[in-house]
Amino acid sequence: MNIIDDFAKRSGGWLSSQGPMSDVVISSRIRLARNLATFPFLTKTDEGQRRQIYRLLYERISRAELGSNIEFVDIEETSELDRQVLVERHLISRQHAEGEGSRGVAVTPEETVALMLNEEDHLRIQVMRSGLQLESMWQEIDAIDDLLQEHLDFAFHESYGFLTACPTNVGTGIRVSVMLHLPALKLTGELEKVSRAARDMRLAVRGFHGEGTEATGDFYQLSNQTTLGKRESEIISEFCKNVIPRVVEYEKLAREALIKERAAALDDKVWRAFGTLGHARTLSSEETLYLLSHLRMGVHLGRLESVPLNTINDLFIKTQPAHLQKLKGTLLDGEQRSVARADYIRGRLANEN
Amino acid sequence: MAITCQRCNKEAATVHCTDLAHGEKLERHLCADCAEQEGVVMKPNQAPLNEILAKFVMQKPAVQELIDLTCEQCGMTFVEFRNHGLLGCPHDYDAFKKALDPLIERTHEGRLQHIGKAAARVGESVKNRQRLFQLRQELQRAIDEEAYEDAARLRDEISKLESA
Repeated sequence: MNIIDDFAKRSGGWLSSQGPMSDVVISSRIRLARNLATFPFLTKTDEGQRRQIYRLLYERISRAELGSNIEFVDIEETSELDRQVLVERHLISRQHAEGEGSRGVAVTPEETVALMLNEEDHLRIQVMRSGLQLESMWQEIDAIDDLLQEHLDFAFHESYGFLTACPTNVGTGIRVSVMLHLPALKLTGELEKVSRAARDMRLAVRGFHGEGTEATGDFYQLSNQTTLGKRESEIISEFCKNVIPRVVEYEKLAREALIKERAAALDDKVWRAFGTLGHARTLSSEETLYLLSHLRMGVHLGRLESVPLNTINDLFIKTQPAHLQKLKGTLLDGEQRSVARADYIRGRLANEN
Repeated sequence: MAITCQRCNKEAATVHCTDLAHGEKLERHLCADCAEQEGVVMKPNQAPLNEILAKFVMQKPAVQELIDLTCEQCGMTFVEFRNHGLLGCPHDYDAFKKALDPLIERTHEGRLQHIGKAAARVGESVKNRQRLFQLRQELQRAIDEEAYEDAARLRDEISKLESA
């Protein structure tokens, strides 16, 4: 059995919903972009050189002993469905799944560390966690980077810092992203204010699946855009001390206001979501995301207690197209998936009661 | 004195480009609209980078000079970068400095100097690194040309330098 089959059965460490502020903060992620000093960036390499880079990275990463049995997945050798599983688990980007040539990902069994080889840069180190845990994650990723640098010579410039294929990542090469669940701000129509404030602070606002996706089902990802001329610790503490607590506070106020002023409407949303998820015969992924979002809010606000949070979090992952097909053990078209999704959710919710 | 667009003869030309066809240089000066219709200006597919480039690089008067920039290490031209949004090798940052700096400043809140974590091997022979880079390029060429003796020699040289 391969590692991806194994993943598809679990829900992933970064979604355990146990970290700080996890009623609003779904997950945090830090990634560092790095390139080897003695190779061109991937835009200027042919397949032969790509393979050399891949092999070199593979060998050196294995030698660096990053701990906990890191496993390599050769994306080129991986089926389209399995690649999609990795995307749905946020271990690799869509771009990486759909790319060409030698490339891969190295993942720890807990899925909290993932290294992408030959994505846009030679190496992208990523650390993921549930809730808001950026400070300890920075220590972890910094240590991984140090370990790797004992074996790898990264492209570095006196004034520009770590050099990246795209100048928008140059300097620290750091991207800090926090995924937020903001259903109350959406319902009260105040989300636009948050987006505007975030953009004023030079943060990017994205959807559940990261880069290039729209925010759907009340999930929003905030990430830094400035990577040069600020210390990593500065970027991280802006998130931890300033940006995120404020958004969380704002969402909580909106939740309280909903309970106080529109309790019936709120309960109606939550219980309708529960009813639909428990009885529908077909469900699209979009509708599912939206309904699970309301259910999650209802559970966090104590409006509905019969569904454990980790079941809801697990459903977010398992009801995605590739995961459903892995669970069913067969390829399914869109219509078949909608039926399978509704069946699966019905079964899970019935078991909880 | 502003040049008028060669296509519509009305608007001021803000896009200046040089095409190379059959070894001959053909210079054209167009306004933004005509440039787009002629397909000279790429529709941004990597926004906001391309937008920024279009705004801040394309309209600079010394644009010709910037367009001619080429990296001697990887062969990438600034125009190629402008179209794809991705650089070709670490040396591009120096080779395209003049054109890149304004763009980097725009995307990083006016900053140009890294102050975060430094690489572990800063200051380690830059010469060695450049030599390695060149050797790897040569090795690839040798492999492509099936010059295996050369390739073997280059490989030895690379591993010697790497272990140094």
